[in-house]
Amino acid sequence: MKSAFDLLAELLVNRFGETAVVAENTPLQPRLRIATERIADVCQFLHENEQTYFDLLECLSAVDNGPGTGTMEVFYHLYSIPYEHALALRIVFPRNDASGNLPEVPTVSHVWRTADWHEREAYDLLGIRFAAHPDLRRILLPADWEGHPLRKDYTEQDRYHGISVKYE
Amino acid sequence: MGLLDQKFESGGVIITQVDDLINWARLSSLWPMGFGLFPRPSPRQSDVMIVSGTVTFKMADRIKRLYEQMAEPRYVISMGSCSNCGGPYWQHGYHVVKGVDKIIPVDVYVPGCPPRPEALIGGILKLQEKIRTETLAVPKALLAMMEKQPGQVEIP
Repeated sequence: MKSAFDLLAELLVNRFGETAVVAENTPLQPRLRIATERIADVCQFLHENEQTYFDLLECLSAVDNGPGTGTMEVFYHLYSIPYEHALALRIVFPRNDASGNLPEVPTVSHVWRTADWHEREAYDLLGIRFAAHPDLRRILLPADWEGHPLRKDYTEQDRYHGISVKYE
Repeated sequence: MGLLDQKFESGGVIITQVDDLINWARLSSLWPMGFGLFPRPSPRQSDVMIVSGTVTFKMADRIKRLYEQMAEPRYVISMGSCSNCGGPYWQHGYHVVKGVDKIIPVDVYVPGCPPRPEALIGGILKLQEKIRTETLAVPKALLAMMEKQPGQVEIP
């Protein structure tokens, strides 16, 4: 008998194609790797489809793999309260776009309101821009802070409003 | 204290210096200004600001503003390692001000992480000691500033 994960993977592969959805049977938690430009469509589908009905975005988290690897990832942990099933998605994309600017990925804040603040945090700390996000401002650091601290190549500024940042 | 009690017992007449009276009144009625924890009277009516936690750069501007809103004479107690010097965030806490004394002058530092209640009480007693020795005749803070920068006194 197929597991719930296999069924979900099959459903998505049939709907979006093999290039857009790849099942990764990692030991601790199986997950689906989604093509970055399709993530919003996949989320919308998972949210609205009666067979899946993922009504809860448990967590949206981001990872910087560092300048050596040159990639970043965003993870989506979904849960369906009526069906009591869970699913993890991830997207992988370059740390910077072709012209060296911060990367841009689709937002899912129109699917789950939860994503609004989670994406703001990912933007604040990792510098990931979410295209078409309704209100992409920093959420934790002051608005005029420089840089994104959880990027592996981050160095803090010397001074902020005349106060030295480093311990001295 | 005890100053007034004794005088009352010896005939109902108080003879004291204005300095002593004012200092006694001040140190016996310190009104603390807390912020962020629960509602408090306005900073304009407070005498002492107790900085009781980690000061982030986002909070720094607000703390400075609150301090400037307090009427003189005003005092600051820095409570705990975080507000004394950044505490455990001294090295990797990019967002933490490494000591509230980088923003506002501090009168008493209370060590500890967190300080024991007795330590905070000790800090308040230390502040009372400091207030007890003040005088209207010789403004010590002003003299200290003039000594530091002769000819260009800036009154904060």
